[in-house]
Amino acid sequence: MTMRLFVPRDAGAIAVGANEVVAALELAAEQRGLRIEIVRTGSRGLYWLEPMVEVATAAGRVAFGPVSAADAASLLDAMAADGPHPLRLGTADDIPWLKRQTRLTFARCGVVDPRSVEDYRAHGGYKGLERALALSSDEILADVTASGLRGRGGAGFPTGIKWKTVAQASADCKYIVCNADEGDSGTFADRMIMEGDPFILIEGMTIAGITVGATKGYIYTRSEYPHAVEAMNAAIAAAKRAGYLGARIGGSTHDFDIEVRVGAGAYVCGEETSLLESLEGRRGIVRAKPPLPAHKGLFGRPTVINNVLSFAAIPFILDNGAKAYADFGMGRSRGTMPIQLAGNVKYGGLFETAFGITLGELVDEIGGGSFTGRPVRAVQVGGPLGAYFPRALFDTPFDYEAFAARDGLIGHGGIVVFDDSVDMRKQARFAMEFCAIESCGKCTPCRIGSTRGVETIEKIIRGERVAENLALVEDLCNTMKFGSLCALGGFTPYPVLSALKHFREDFGPAPARLQAAE
Amino acid sequence: MTSAYEPWNEARGAEIIGEHAKLEGATLVILHALQEAFGYVPEPAIPMVAAALNLSRAEVHGVFTFYHDFRKAPAGRHVLKLCRAEACQAAGGDALAARAEAKLGIALGNTTADERVTLEPIYCLGLCATAPSGMLDGRIVGRLDEARLDALVKEAQR
Repeated sequence: MTMRLFVPRDAGAIAVGANEVVAALELAAEQRGLRIEIVRTGSRGLYWLEPMVEVATAAGRVAFGPVSAADAASLLDAMAADGPHPLRLGTADDIPWLKRQTRLTFARCGVVDPRSVEDYRAHGGYKGLERALALSSDEILADVTASGLRGRGGAGFPTGIKWKTVAQASADCKYIVCNADEGDSGTFADRMIMEGDPFILIEGMTIAGITVGATKGYIYTRSEYPHAVEAMNAAIAAAKRAGYLGARIGGSTHDFDIEVRVGAGAYVCGEETSLLESLEGRRGIVRAKPPLPAHKGLFGRPTVINNVLSFAAIPFILDNGAKAYADFGMGRSRGTMPIQLAGNVKYGGLFETAFGITLGELVDEIGGGSFTGRPVRAVQVGGPLGAYFPRALFDTPFDYEAFAARDGLIGHGGIVVFDDSVDMRKQARFAMEFCAIESCGKCTPCRIGSTRGVETIEKIIRGERVAENLALVEDLCNTMKFGSLCALGGFTPYPVLSALKHFREDFGPAPARLQAAE
Repeated sequence: MTSAYEPWNEARGAEIIGEHAKLEGATLVILHALQEAFGYVPEPAIPMVAAALNLSRAEVHGVFTFYHDFRKAPAGRHVLKLCRAEACQAAGGDALAARAEAKLGIALGNTTADERVTLEPIYCLGLCATAPSGMLDGRIVGRLDEARLDALVKEAQR
């Protein structure tokens, strides 16, 4: 009998030796005369257990991890005997960290073969598209709107309204653009989807295409994601062969095609108008809005531009209905959010859950604190433009409005954990430095402000006229926040000001007026 | 060891440009393809791209210089990229970057005098739950520590 094994081809698993594990397993199997078949899946997102190897058994898939190449022989023996092994984790689905999640978008990630349309369909894939093909454009729009889905890239704009605007626009040609330019440090959910369940993205974009009347889609992703590019291209080719992309998709009257385009290392191209410029083959310079991309987007045509996770949420909504999605969440944040725990965290990875879970639960309970074992002092939520939160704000629920109310943002759902060795002056300086490196240069507050910000924070670090320079930084942040054209210059003040506000002790003695107020 | 890249050749350059020139918004696609073939974007290719796409030379030069990825000269024989973004900073990336700089005797963004190793910062490989991470000639490595970094540096110097 052939044993069926599953090893991720996710970049996060490959980076810690998944390919070496596969080679060792194949060699050990040959030496033992064991017949094995290795399916390369995505990652389930439990990265401290990667490379995680699973084997199909009568009782379900049993997981082992973290596996190194040296474990291959003993692992195969344990699998063949269904016996104990120090790395045995039990049935994968019953691992508490996974069981505690609500996986709507990531239900298949780490489970299916990302190159197989058949496997995708066998796990419920393309049911959303089948239903969408039976509905009118208005009916799909009603579902997407009622689901309460908001842009998962960070801005949180209602997806239904965006799609409706494009659907109502008249033009000779419309586009669907997927923003897969996942540049925020601490985020990897888009990458995981593209590598682990790419068909869900293809299906979501296809549904968007038939809804608004677009026949061409682009996925704009990063040169830093070579594995995702390869996985996406393989999936697109497979979908074409199966009739799910190209002319008359799924036997309908609709045509839809997708092409992957790769950026060239510019963070600002994650901003939607800069991304469109880059797709058109130009410098990634931000455009002034209006006109909105929904009216004049790619090549001046009406364009739906959404994040990977927004498109990936669509198949579930169409398949199970808007209510099934909207029943999760809190306030105006409906559904689930794939949250990414990263940095100095014990249990880092992808945790998809309904909105409303608190930051403290995420960092301390689910993340298990820092991997260095030192106390967690700060967490940055939402990437390089997100605020640093101290422990005092760990009661903040994961919700667009709750984070905004505390001068932060959830962004793309990344949480980077720092222990008590962090120097918040350095982090504030880095936020300005990163903005200076990545600024597109179009508007002055971002282009010049970021460089002046670095210089001024360096003066503070050197102890030069600290109180005056702190006031200057705050003033500069206000100018950048209100005077910048896009979120790069406009949100860089979040990490800087939050560091100043919540971690003042790192910046030298507090100014007299604040001491008096206390 | 011979270079993995082809030497610049005008006919070959024209062929690469021609393969992609019909695409919508082809500039980045062409620049990527040129760099993949030659290891950098040779200066004589810029006016050729401009002519093929009916753009001005300045426009193509502008695109070429906007993006961090494109090189105007070949890199060292091996390129070691270390992630310098927040998640890797939180996991000890600052010290590792300093260690790599000291071992190679160059600052980030430079190539060793023997042209063996180019050391570069990269802002996020999306390996933030297995930080700190790096990339050697396209091969990604996570959970870097001093020993793993030293091995990478040694491999790059070979």
